[in-house]
Amino acid sequence: MSQTTKKESTVAEIEPLKNSERDLTKVEFSQVDQPGSVGLLGHLKGFWITFSTIFKKPETVEYPEVKAPTQERFHGRHQLNRHPDGLEKCIGCELCAWACPADAIYVEGADNTEENRMSPGERYGKVYQINYLRCVFCGLCIEACPTRALTMTNEYELADDSRAKLIFEKDDLLGPLRAGMLMPPHPMYPDMTDTNYYKGDVTQAHPSQDVNK
Amino acid sequence: MTTAELIGADPGWLITVKALLVFVVCVVLTLMSVWGERRLVGRMQQRPGPNRVGPFGLVQALADGVKLALKEDLIPAAADKIVFVIAPIISATTCFMSFAVIPITGPVTLFGHKTAMQLTDLPVGVLYVLAIASVGVYGIILAGWSSGSTYPLLGGLRSSAQVISYEIAMGLSLVSVFIYAGSMSTSDIVAAQTSWWYGVVLFPSFAIYAISMVGETNRAPFDLAEAEGELVGGFHTEYSSLKFALFFLAEYVNIIAVSALATTLFLGGYHAPPFLGFTENWLGGWFTAIWFFSKVLVFFFVFVWLRGTLPRLRYDQFMQFGWKVLIPVSILWILVVATLRVLSLQGAPRLVVVAFASAVVFLIMAVNIGFENAKKKKLEAIVDNADAPSFSLPQLPVALTSINVSNNKEGVDRG
Repeated sequence: MSQTTKKESTVAEIEPLKNSERDLTKVEFSQVDQPGSVGLLGHLKGFWITFSTIFKKPETVEYPEVKAPTQERFHGRHQLNRHPDGLEKCIGCELCAWACPADAIYVEGADNTEENRMSPGERYGKVYQINYLRCVFCGLCIEACPTRALTMTNEYELADDSRAKLIFEKDDLLGPLRAGMLMPPHPMYPDMTDTNYYKGDVTQAHPSQDVNK
Repeated sequence: MTTAELIGADPGWLITVKALLVFVVCVVLTLMSVWGERRLVGRMQQRPGPNRVGPFGLVQALADGVKLALKEDLIPAAADKIVFVIAPIISATTCFMSFAVIPITGPVTLFGHKTAMQLTDLPVGVLYVLAIASVGVYGIILAGWSSGSTYPLLGGLRSSAQVISYEIAMGLSLVSVFIYAGSMSTSDIVAAQTSWWYGVVLFPSFAIYAISMVGETNRAPFDLAEAEGELVGGFHTEYSSLKFALFFLAEYVNIIAVSALATTLFLGGYHAPPFLGFTENWLGGWFTAIWFFSKVLVFFFVFVWLRGTLPRLRYDQFMQFGWKVLIPVSILWILVVATLRVLSLQGAPRLVVVAFASAVVFLIMAVNIGFENAKKKKLEAIVDNADAPSFSLPQLPVALTSINVSNNKEGVDRG
């Protein structure tokens, strides 16, 4: 009840003037500062600026040799992340492909089996392609991803000399195997479900997962 | 012995050597100045400029030249082919020719022969330079016309109009130098400046020349003919490869040539600056060349500085400045200089000369005050009339705080 009265009072305050109530015969102008004559010294000021800039340190970076770090959250090349035991996070749901405004992502999912397990749970991304000729680096795919499988790196050197080379396959996008990770396919951590994976209960691979040895 | 007599005794082989030296010096200076300009403009914009080809990027201009030469040489289908080919050649040759009369050193010994580094000494040397510069305009206008397309034609016309207008102011600014030196020969003019440089004595002439030489060489802020944003590339839009390189070369050699002429006429040519006269005998007289080229480089620096500082002028403002300011001012200045010169040559007492000079100064001040007053009155008249316009207006360029628009008939239903 108190909320409605408060609302009414604000409405009364900001009610716009009707055209008939406005005094259109009097138009107010704010005084504009006219620079007018700047004088001889004013003209020489520009010359002094350019002359003194000669002795300043250039603001540029010698690019190919010196690479200035980007901002931390710079939208660069994508990366497909892994769980701490090396299984892929991507579940092949295609939400990234659906979110993409430039239609740059192509995903084909497939079922995990006991012999060929790429990710915890039922499905994994079998084919994963990002076309960097189309990608606009908006990051909507990253927002869409339900498993944090897809993130962006700060890498920005993506030029190449053919269209085919700029379609990145899953191999190009997958993150590296770090310490404690095993190259999939391999079974899930013993006695763990996919829910445990998302809770962060799996911190590294179990020796029993190492079936490729 | 005057320089004319000194170099008049040159044998044929020495003249050939000198001609070759002038050519080489011009080309090398062009390469260096292209590099220097890009480095300097870069620094003025807080970036390093070209620094990758060779140490400090020194070979950049040479690499660009090689690249240009290897480019495909296109001749448009609509072009007048013969004229299209001749135009850059005219531009490139004429700019070198003006260097023939520029005295680069005082008397020196070259291969055991006493001479001076000046290819030839004409009694009308400066007029020759102006004439050659005028022939160079043909290169521009023919290039614009023969390309058979619109932008080059417009650029060529603009460019030639500009060069011709500024040549008038330039020629007029030189008249007072002739009056004082009593000669049109470049070496005589240099010799006449042993005690005082004409850049100091005839400062207004120097200023007019300095402005008009920028207009004459189509350089920023007067580079309307090549205005990239307006005319693509101006007269050389259709040119590529070596023909374009020739125009490029011509532009830079022209800059050096007008700088060299300015040095000769106003900054004492190869003479050392005041109080450093003893250096003129160093290295057997060759040290004077260093003074000459350092003065030329100072001019070149100013060219670059202007380019790095000033925005391009609008075409009508530019022409107005040339015809309505530079030319009348230089004519009036010639009148004053001529009168002073006649007075002093006829042995008029110092008092008369001073009285005349101060009368001129007072006249200029009076005219200036009258002009300012008229401008103020005009502005006030605008303010008086601005009380009741019949329609609503945006802010006028005068100080107003409110306008009454009550007679506005249609303005009632404006939101």
